[in-house]
Amino acid sequence: MRPYRGLVIIFGFYALGEFTSLALDLPVPGSVLGMLFLLAALLSGAVRLEWVEGEAELLVRNMSVMFIPPGVGIVAYTALIKSQAVPIVGALVISFLVTLLVTAKTVEILRRGRK
Amino acid sequence: MNPYGITLTLVVFYLFSELHARRKAFYTNPVLLSIATIAGLLTLGGFSYESYMESAAFLKFLLGPAVVSLAVPVYKGRDTIKAYAREIALGIAVGGTAAILSAFYIAELLGGGREVVLSIAPKSVTTAIAIGVSEEIGGIPALTAVLVILTGLLGNAFAPELLNLFGVRDRIARGLATGVSSHGLGTARIITEDELAGAVSGLAMALNGVFTALVLPYLIEVL
Repeated sequence: MRPYRGLVIIFGFYALGEFTSLALDLPVPGSVLGMLFLLAALLSGAVRLEWVEGEAELLVRNMSVMFIPPGVGIVAYTALIKSQAVPIVGALVISFLVTLLVTAKTVEILRRGRK
Repeated sequence: MNPYGITLTLVVFYLFSELHARRKAFYTNPVLLSIATIAGLLTLGGFSYESYMESAAFLKFLLGPAVVSLAVPVYKGRDTIKAYAREIALGIAVGGTAAILSAFYIAELLGGGREVVLSIAPKSVTTAIAIGVSEEIGGIPALTAVLVILTGLLGNAFAPELLNLFGVRDRIARGLATGVSSHGLGTARIITEDELAGAVSGLAMALNGVFTALVLPYLIEVL
């Protein structure tokens, strides 16, 4: 693993994704576009897996801690959350159940059709 | 940039990760416990929220490169994706859409304000992508972050039992349903019970994140 090569590629694709989102005025996050560009580069062979594998896995493995600062932002919204607890909790639980079952049944039907 | 916010975040998260390693349960989720602890410290201790954020913003920034890095596990899973292409494509298209629409309409029906409805719509996808989507569509990223984790905890605690209850035995169906409904936290649970379902769940999480990021901003305009 050559130092910096992986970081240059990952940050380069991130910047490219942000630039594309901004330049084309797309409502899609630049990070997601950057991921698609990197995936395309890996699939086409323009970027080799071993060039980015170590750095990418380091970032993905340590991603959990990055959710904490945005989550802590919740302190600014405690009044809103208290006043809207019913729609928040209701939508969370029911939508989770609906999503789990709709996905499972869709795939089950497809699998049965194939057998 | 002061070092306190970032250090506090790392120390608190590390301590809760150690606890979680010793006592694996959905209620010991280190991310949720860390958010609650730090939010509590800032509120009750009277510490400045701004100076915490100024420092911790660096960690938040790294979410961008981390999302880009998700290309690596997707690339490595390309053979599994090819093998189950039809199931994965339709499962995500139908399930991912159901996740968005059900969250949106139930929140609205129960009297949720626009900001709350927009914050809850991307709740089924992996936190990093959900935060980005929430920002794009005018939700509250902080609220989205917490709702995504709570959704993941539901999947982590109950997905396999619910799938049993509804008689879903097919391993591909179980994996896809878990990944699409409850992203990484659901995946973390199902992978301990079935490796194939876990691998499919992880891919479903990544692909549903991309699907939601591409579709939700346009869908919101017509909703």
